[in-house]
Amino acid sequence: MGKTIDVKTFALNGTANGRGEIHRRIKYESELSRDFKEKIAEIAYGEKLYSCIQCGTCSATCPVSHYMDYTPRKIIQMVREGFKEEVLSSSTVWLCASCYSCTVECPKGIKITDVMYALKREAISSAYHSKHFPASVLANSFFKQVLDHGRNSEGPLLLKMYLKTNPFMLIKNMKLGFKLWKTGRLSLKTEKIKNKRNLNKLLKNIEKAEEAEAK
Amino acid sequence: MRYLYYPGCSLKCTGRSYEESLLAVLKALKIDFVELNDWNCCGATAYMAVDESKAFAIASRNLALAEEQFKNEKEIHIIAPCSACYMVLLKTQNYLAHNAGEMKKIQSALKESGLSYEGKVKIRHPLDVLVNDFGLKEITKAVKHHLKGIKVASYYGCQTVRPLATFDDAREPVSMDELVRAIGAEPVDWPLKTRCCGASLTGIIEQVGLPLSYIILHEAAKRRADVVITACPLCQFNLECYQTEINKNYQNDLRIGVIYFSQLLGLALGISPKELGMQRLFVKPEGVYKAVKGGETVYV
Repeated sequence: MGKTIDVKTFALNGTANGRGEIHRRIKYESELSRDFKEKIAEIAYGEKLYSCIQCGTCSATCPVSHYMDYTPRKIIQMVREGFKEEVLSSSTVWLCASCYSCTVECPKGIKITDVMYALKREAISSAYHSKHFPASVLANSFFKQVLDHGRNSEGPLLLKMYLKTNPFMLIKNMKLGFKLWKTGRLSLKTEKIKNKRNLNKLLKNIEKAEEAEAK
Repeated sequence: MRYLYYPGCSLKCTGRSYEESLLAVLKALKIDFVELNDWNCCGATAYMAVDESKAFAIASRNLALAEEQFKNEKEIHIIAPCSACYMVLLKTQNYLAHNAGEMKKIQSALKESGLSYEGKVKIRHPLDVLVNDFGLKEITKAVKHHLKGIKVASYYGCQTVRPLATFDDAREPVSMDELVRAIGAEPVDWPLKTRCCGASLTGIIEQVGLPLSYIILHEAAKRRADVVITACPLCQFNLECYQTEINKNYQNDLRIGVIYFSQLLGLALGISPKELGMQRLFVKPEGVYKAVKGGETVYV
């Protein structure tokens, strides 16, 4: 069995850490999760992942790629190679705002936004997931609210999210909240559907079907 | 023809004036509609990030409710004004149509809860209904105030035309610009029509979201737009409500009205600003009001 090693190399123009050193982390093949790509390719049209030509159109068209730790092109390749830990703990997955530019522009028809969704789902259920990263907390709180009430109430949702992640943001956004409330655009009331039982039943049925599938 | 109307959660809260203005416009143009009974959240982008099957299930419950409510109608057309709702419903329908296994699973789960879904619903964006069903010529005929001289930056956002462009182009959409022309105003030629506004990132990870909104507003202002019009409650919220924050961060004196296309259309049709929910705006689109009242500023 191999193990991850750190290598130190030199950059001629003195970038990196100012001393002209670049630190690179090398992973051995045996440490990679070779079945990771198969799991992700299970989604609709997921097998297209294998036809990526690494052209980088996705990264070029992505409006947030320069904020990500790995660009979308890199993420696709890392999924294929089995860099599970790095992918699932990356900021990339959660910074994807679902604008679908990459999906529309990909010359190989890879549904990159849907791959990102699959990675979000994998990340949530993995051990690598940061429980306080606002984007994933928002997704989880939203999910729970709709599960409980059938509708999303923006006021209570944001309140919950800020309390869980960064209460300072709540203070910072107080003025905005007040203005929204004054103009009738914010309420702390929880919106609900009437036939909650019907929705519950539907979701239960889906769970049952999935359990049967798993067997 | 009668349409079903699916408001979605935002149009009942932060995007209230989108609902107010759109419904006022539909009434003024005598487009018949009725709200979908007991609709639930479409799931937006968040649901898909947590559970895929459940995301498709809750979205398809709305489609099943539509089939039930309009079972005696010849065609079932459902208007979804919010970009996220429109895209999610469309994507769910598309996915189920191409995935027999998942379709069967969803259909039987719906059946066991007393509903049925056969895939008969047509999901429509209000822009599509106005431009292609009602028609631009008819809109021009109904105009009371030609908004002459107003420069309008049409901002479509992401999910109105992506990933499943049905009534317009995914890269260079034109329907909103055509609508702008039909009411006498002038569409601004600009490259950021479908650039992401930051979506939910603007509110939660400011350092990523804010610059995205800023780029859009800056470009619209640079091209001398009097107003930006949108077709998405989240785009409108980000571009309008964070302007103070954007100015603070980028030391700019940006101040540009960001309103719904339905509000601009409503003003041209002679509907009062109040009926269009314009009293809820943070940044008053002065230039637009002036054009409506022939040089006088109208305050609401």
